[in-house]
Amino acid sequence: MLQYFLKRLVSLCLSLVAASVLIFLTLEVVPGDPAAYMLGINAQEDTLNALREQLGLNGTILERYLSWAGGLLVGDFGTSYTYRTPVAELIGERLWVSLPLALYALILSTLIAFPAGIWAASKRGTLADSGVMGVTQLGVAIPNFWFAMLMVLVFAINLRWFSAGGFPGWEDGFLPGMKALTLPAIALALPQASILTRVMRSSLLDTLGEDYIRSARAKGLTKGQAMWRHALRNALIPVLTIMGLQFSFLLAGAIIIENVFYLPGLGRLVFQAISARDLIVVESVVMLLVFAVILVNFTVDLAYAWVDPRLRRRR
Amino acid sequence: MKGLLHNRSTLPGALLTVVFAGAALISLFWVPYDTTVLNIADRMKLPSLAHPFGTDQFGRDILSMLMVGARTSIAVALVAVGIGMLAGVPLGLAAAARKGSLPDEIIMRTNDLVFAFPSLLIAVMITAVFGASALNAIIAIGIFNIPVFARLTRGAALTLWSREYVMAARVAGKGAARISLEHILPNVTNLLIVQGTIQFSLGILAEAGLSYVGLGAQPPTASWGRMLADSQTMISLAPHLAIFPGMAILLTVLGLNLLGDGLRDLLDPKLRRART
Repeated sequence: MLQYFLKRLVSLCLSLVAASVLIFLTLEVVPGDPAAYMLGINAQEDTLNALREQLGLNGTILERYLSWAGGLLVGDFGTSYTYRTPVAELIGERLWVSLPLALYALILSTLIAFPAGIWAASKRGTLADSGVMGVTQLGVAIPNFWFAMLMVLVFAINLRWFSAGGFPGWEDGFLPGMKALTLPAIALALPQASILTRVMRSSLLDTLGEDYIRSARAKGLTKGQAMWRHALRNALIPVLTIMGLQFSFLLAGAIIIENVFYLPGLGRLVFQAISARDLIVVESVVMLLVFAVILVNFTVDLAYAWVDPRLRRRR
Repeated sequence: MKGLLHNRSTLPGALLTVVFAGAALISLFWVPYDTTVLNIADRMKLPSLAHPFGTDQFGRDILSMLMVGARTSIAVALVAVGIGMLAGVPLGLAAAARKGSLPDEIIMRTNDLVFAFPSLLIAVMITAVFGASALNAIIAIGIFNIPVFARLTRGAALTLWSREYVMAARVAGKGAARISLEHILPNVTNLLIVQGTIQFSLGILAEAGLSYVGLGAQPPTASWGRMLADSQTMISLAPHLAIFPGMAILLTVLGLNLLGDGLRDLLDPKLRRART
C-alpha cells in the first residue's frame, strides 16, 4: 500500500506541474503584451510599464513561470488588477459559496441516486425500472441551466418559495444561506443524479449476477437480504469512483449555474474576470479548480485501492 | 435495418435527430421569417398560426430562430466530434500498437491530464484568451473529445492486437501502421460511431452552455444557448421565450442519446451490459 501511495503521489505532483505549465503557457500566448491586452488600446505607456512591473512581465518566460508557480505553493496568487486585492483573498471569499454549493449538490445527487438505482435494479425489467431509466434519460439530456430557469419561474416567481437569485451570506445564519443555495444545488444535481442512478443500477445488476450471491441465496438468504448484505457493498466501488469524478464536475459546472442565480461564487468571479481581462484571476481560479480535480481523483484512487487490494498490484 | 426499426430507443432517437438535422438543413435555404430583421410591433407574441412558437422580445419568429440555431449547434458539435476523432483515433491506434512504450506512456499521461481539466474550464480559458466565438467554442469542445476517442480506441485496439488474424498479419510481414489501418481500425469503427453519437450530444449541451454565458456564437448568429440567455430577464412576462429553445436542446440531446443507445445494442451486443 505504501509503495502504491508513493507512486500515486509522484504522479499527482507531475500532473500538477504539467497542469500549471499548460495553464501558464495558454495565458502566455495571449496575442501581444498581456499588460496591453488587460489595459486595452487607450492605455498610457507609463501605466503599461507599471502593470508589466507588477505582473513581473519583465523577466524571461522561465523566471515568470517559476515566480508564479512558487507563489502558488505558498498561497500567493498575485494581486487582482481590477479588484486591487490579493487573488487568494478573492478566491477565499468566493469558495465559501462554490464549495458548499458543490457539496450540497453532491449530497442531493447521492440521496436521489442511491434509492432510485437500488429500486430500479431490484425491479429489473418491470415498469418501475423502465420508468426510472426513462426519467434518467431526461435528466441527462436536460440542459441544467435551463432547468434552473424553469425552477426560478415556478418556485421563485410564481410560488415565491425561494428567491430568484443572490446570496445573503453566511453571516445571516446557516439556514438562509442553504435556502439560497437550494435551487442551484437541485439544478446542479439533476444530471449527476441521473448518471449516478444508472451507474448504481448497472453496478448492482452486475454484482447480483455473481457466484457469491448465488451461494448466499443457496444458504437461505432472501433476495433482499443477499442484496443488502453482499451485493450492495461490492456494487458501491464503481459508484464511489463516479462520485469522485462528479465532485469536480459539480465544482466546474457551478460556473454556469452560479450565473443563472447571480451567486457570488468562483464561477461568477471567473466571468467577471474574463470581461475585465483580469487574466491573473482567471489563471488562478482555473489552476485551483484543476488542482481540486486532480486531488479528488487522487483520493478516489487511494480509496479504491484500499477497498479493493487487487488494484494495488495491477497498476 | 430491420433491427434498427425494432429497437425500442433507436426509432424515436433517429426520428428526433432527423427532425433537428432536417430543420438545420432547411434553414440553409429557407426560414419562415428573416431572423436578422427586427419587428418591434410584433414583439413577445404568444404562439399563433402565423408564428407557431411565438415571437421574441425583438419581434423575431422563434421557429425561424430555432431552425437557424439548430444549424449553429449541430455545426459546432459535429466539427468538435470531428476534431476529437481525427486526433484521438490515430493517437489511440499508435498507443495500442506500441503498448508500454514511451510514446504510449506520453499519449496516455497527456490524456489523463486533459481529463483532469473539466471541459468547461478549458472552454472558459480558451475563450478568455482568444475571445468568444463559435470557432473557439468548437476548438474548446473538440480538445476535450480527443482523449475520449484516444482512450476508447486504445482500449479496443489492445484486445484486437492479441487476436489470431492480427498475429497472422504480423507473420505475413505487415508493419504496425498497416495492421492498425487494415485490421484494427475497421473493427473499432462500430465503437467509434456509438461514442461519436454520445460526444455529439454532449457537444450540443456544451455549446448551449457556452453560448448561454456569452462565450459561444456571437450575435447576429442565432444560437439556442443565447436565446435562453436573452429570455432570462423576460421569463416571467413571456415564458415561451425560454420554453421552446430549452425544449429544442432537450429533444435533440435526448434523440442523440437514444440513437446512441440503440446503435450500441445493435452494433455491439456485448456492450449492452457493460455500459451504463
